[in-house]
Amino acid sequence: MNVSEQVVARLAGVEKRYGRLVALENTGLQLRRGELLALLGPNGAGKTTAISLLLGLLRADAGTVELFGRDPQDVRARQRIGVMLQHAELPGTLRVGELLRLTASYYPAPRSVAESARMAGVDDLLTRPYAKLSGGQQRRVQFALALCGRPELLFLDEPTVGMDIETRQRLWAAIRQLLAEGCSVLLTTHYLEEAEALADRVCVMARGRVIHEGTVEALRARVATRRIRCLSAVDAGVVCSWPAVTAAERRQGRLHVTTEAAEAVVRRLLDADPQLSELEVQRAGLAEAFTELTRESEQGLPETRREVA
Amino acid sequence: MEHAMPIPLPAAATMSRRRMLGAYLAEMRSECLRYLRAPGFILPMTLFSTVFYLMFGVLLNHGEASRYLLASYGAFGIIGPGLFGFGVSLAIERDGGLLTLKRALPMPPGAYLLGKMVMAMIAASVVVALLLAIGILLAHVSLSPGQMLALLATGAFGVLPFCALGMFVGTLLKGQGAPGLLNLVYLPMAFLSGLWLPLSMLPRALQRIAPVWPSYHLNQLTQAAVGLNHDPLLGHVLALAGFAAVFLWLAARRLRRNG
Repeated sequence: MNVSEQVVARLAGVEKRYGRLVALENTGLQLRRGELLALLGPNGAGKTTAISLLLGLLRADAGTVELFGRDPQDVRARQRIGVMLQHAELPGTLRVGELLRLTASYYPAPRSVAESARMAGVDDLLTRPYAKLSGGQQRRVQFALALCGRPELLFLDEPTVGMDIETRQRLWAAIRQLLAEGCSVLLTTHYLEEAEALADRVCVMARGRVIHEGTVEALRARVATRRIRCLSAVDAGVVCSWPAVTAAERRQGRLHVTTEAAEAVVRRLLDADPQLSELEVQRAGLAEAFTELTRESEQGLPETRREVA
Repeated sequence: MEHAMPIPLPAAATMSRRRMLGAYLAEMRSECLRYLRAPGFILPMTLFSTVFYLMFGVLLNHGEASRYLLASYGAFGIIGPGLFGFGVSLAIERDGGLLTLKRALPMPPGAYLLGKMVMAMIAASVVVALLLAIGILLAHVSLSPGQMLALLATGAFGVLPFCALGMFVGTLLKGQGAPGLLNLVYLPMAFLSGLWLPLSMLPRALQRIAPVWPSYHLNQLTQAAVGLNHDPLLGHVLALAGFAAVFLWLAARRLRRNG
């Protein structure tokens, strides 16, 4: 199969404005069959606009928006997707089973109600009215509605907000099962550990642009910073003055050092304090990488654009 | 501009005509169920006109006055489910994100509107049936079966222009503000088109502009159904169809632009 056939959703050179506000500027992203792409970025970065374009809720001012090679406003394209939005108040007097049957009726070859309910862990809730469910249960029902049409592409917008840790883990397991069956997922999330746990690729947006796209590993590798922690008598102020050390401080009796040259700093620390113990060296996580990337993009902005946005 | 080739759909996955029909039916069923289970939404709409009719058509008036009031409160009662059933629910669903979700899902575009239309038609028919029961059993208005059917049919189809008007108002604002604005449309319009007091009792200037209101034309149809209006009806039917088309067009345009 050639590469273009593997692309299930695509934005290319997309522009979207709301009046004078530029929501998206020359934005491109591709989602391939069977992969999970996490869309990350601070509020107002353009994630919601990008998703709304792919769902056919908005029209781009310029550029190409495609879902399975079609216009997303074509219902035949949307028959292949499942959707879980961040905010959707479903009719509270309808029972979970009725909501599932209704949503499944929009699709050509849906899963059975029982199968959808089991996959999302709501099989015990089928006869309950939606309004009587807890917030976390309602999110699980929305997830069941997203997968009930046997979609080839799932849009999940902040799916685990309001879920406890165990429920979140079960949802992640269900997402992994769907991915293994060849379903693609476009995930937006504020939880970076969620992206780290699930994503094949991450796409970081800021100020209406894609500022980074690549694997989770590649994103983390962009940030050379590592953190050193240890129990040591060496003075934090002294360590601060060493070359390549960006920060050093003492917290709860432990020395915390941030540096881009961990090996050299560790060697110097061991020389300075033979009693040093409980040494830990960690590469910065996705969170640090993300913070650094978005900060860079802010600093890189010319003055004029910052005012418009 | 380059285009990726459409990924061919597996043969089994095209929407059959039967499944398409099923989607429409499922939408209608859900729409009816959700409101039948929410009496707080349904009862005020149906009770308004029946209580008025009990007071003015049964307790305070008799004979031909009861017949006249059956038709005018009938028109009043028919308008309610259209304006409120459509307007309030649309405003709330736009606010809560349900409409956005449904637009993103592959729901057949007409199913959403048809579901609400059918719900409004059923509610309007129930209101007319209640008024008929009160009129015949308590006010002793004598009606032929044909007249009863005519009034029921006027209710079922006469509600549609008001669905369109309610839909338009529902696109103007979101959430809980809709009932207030709809009452500002509903009550003055009912008064100005002679649904509370006969038009002949209103100032001449108001009588002259009455045909501006869709409710005036609906009232002419309900009066005809109970045998009190023998003028040609085609003009009123066309006027109502025109109102329906204009407000549907305005509402659809606003929904497309603003969601």
